[in-house]
Amino acid sequence: MTMIKWVATAILALSLAACTTANDGADGSGLLGGLNGGGTPSNAVDQSSLAYFTTAVGDRVFFDTASSTISTAAQSTLNLQAQWLQRFPDRNLTLQGHADERGTREYNLALGARRAQAAFDYLVAQGISPSRMSTVSYGKERPVELCSDERCWAQNRRTVTVIAGAVGS
Amino acid sequence: MLVRFFLILSMMLGATQVVAQQSSGPLRVTIDQGVIEPMPIAVPNFVARDAASAEFAAQVTSVILADLSNTGLFRQIPATAFITQAVGVDAQPAFADWQIINAQALVAGNVSTAGNGQLTIDMRLWDVFGSVEVGQGVSLSTNSQNWRQAAHRVADVIYSRLTGEAPYFDSEVVFVSESGPKSSRVKRIAVMDQDGANVRFITGGQDLVFAPRFAPNGRSVLYTSYATGSPQVYLHDLATDQRRALGVADGMTFAPRFSPDGGRVIYSQTSGANTDIYTLDLATQARNRLTRSPAIETAPSYSPDGQRVVFESDQGGSQQLYIMSASGGAAQRISFGSGLYGTPVWSPRGDKIAFTKQVSGRFHVGVMNVDGTGEQLLTASFLDEGPTWSPNGRVLMFFRETPGPLGAASLVSVDVTGRNLRYVQTPGGASDPNWSRLRSN
Repeated sequence: MTMIKWVATAILALSLAACTTANDGADGSGLLGGLNGGGTPSNAVDQSSLAYFTTAVGDRVFFDTASSTISTAAQSTLNLQAQWLQRFPDRNLTLQGHADERGTREYNLALGARRAQAAFDYLVAQGISPSRMSTVSYGKERPVELCSDERCWAQNRRTVTVIAGAVGS
Repeated sequence: MLVRFFLILSMMLGATQVVAQQSSGPLRVTIDQGVIEPMPIAVPNFVARDAASAEFAAQVTSVILADLSNTGLFRQIPATAFITQAVGVDAQPAFADWQIINAQALVAGNVSTAGNGQLTIDMRLWDVFGSVEVGQGVSLSTNSQNWRQAAHRVADVIYSRLTGEAPYFDSEVVFVSESGPKSSRVKRIAVMDQDGANVRFITGGQDLVFAPRFAPNGRSVLYTSYATGSPQVYLHDLATDQRRALGVADGMTFAPRFSPDGGRVIYSQTSGANTDIYTLDLATQARNRLTRSPAIETAPSYSPDGQRVVFESDQGGSQQLYIMSASGGAAQRISFGSGLYGTPVWSPRGDKIAFTKQVSGRFHVGVMNVDGTGEQLLTASFLDEGPTWSPNGRVLMFFRETPGPLGAASLVSVDVTGRNLRYVQTPGGASDPNWSRLRSN
């Protein structure tokens, strides 16, 4: 991926100021309006689709530095995920925990596991069966935003909910 | 006789310089905290005893020179200054020719080859101003394919005799070779000689891998791989290229290291949100859990006697260093400065802990005494991480990563005194170095 595209992606993500990131191949801007608690069908959008989950429901939650606490913003996203998962009970998922680059490799791997588990526990509390979910940590190995300042680090401290069959990020 | 010679030479060269050199006892470079003046050393091209040895002689000489120069303790006198170009081991050198160009140490050598592929290196080390030999001559024979290793061994002899330190040039480094963009780095386990030569790849790059660690005998490597989709520790035999997982059915395993006797692996295992330290006895397959706090306990490293373990934990609220018995139990915190401490490694001499420190947005490699006193930060950058000790405990190697979308990792070495920071040449990016012991065969 070229650097120009990354910069453009980062600007887009910032301008949206939304709970999605726009670099997962989906055209994020048009779908944001279609989200209404997962309930209202929007025209011609397959709400069971991975694209809908990723962009309209929101496939990721973010964390403060060195923290695995589920923020209120993260709760909103996970509530929507739980509703979607209840609507589509045949879908299984993997929770991928990540850290930013400002930490040592082993610690960040353990921290990513904490973040994945925090989302796991929250979804279980919302009634999602643990048997549908697994967790994995990538530590600081797989950043999505590549600049070396807080703008990008905040996007990289994340747990991404990857629906089975989807390409991980 | 000798005194008279020095007087004459003193008048020729200016008294202070020469007298200062003459007044000391045995020829010695001392490594301490003070500023040092590198010792001027002359290493004329080793003399080939036969036509087939000419190329080897030049290569052996250049490896020896590079080893010595990279320590920062020696200053190579250029061959253009030499009055005598060829000095073999068969005769005493003409000391006056080397005194006049102010060489303090002189390395004389020969290289010969035999029909069966044997290569022999002979070396004698001379104290030029003392006009005496330093130690006895050495003669090393090896298969000519191993000429680099033989050259490192000769350089080790010179280094040890002139510094009083244990040798370290004849050693290897296992590391992670990196390529591809930052968002999807391709990582491969690779092994090279300590000076960056002879790189060979151990894994193919299809699976994310990190943090390889040599077995004490150098014949196998532990590392963490995502081969199954989740991080697991593998033990990879370098001779057979076979590997086996040491992992467990549940959760991830990572941060492995061998015990000093090679009999056990100490590692971290994560179950849910909790990461603790375990050991696996390689003979009995018995597992032992060493920590039980709900916090993150990882990056364990044994003391050289195998009795204690230093590790990192955030049980006190932030990432800090702790020491516990090798059988587990209560741990004692040893890091108390501001900032975060991680990746502790016990020095092979037993007296120091090297670590990564993160403070005020910068990363440092540092050392402290085992009781936590005497902290010294040796480096600083956007990201310096993961030190490993040279076999003699004099040098640390770590990796340094540059910031931004095009950021990349390099291997860097630095003296334990903080001097002589050098980038180690690797093909492409490199991280997670781990230094072997001195090779034994």
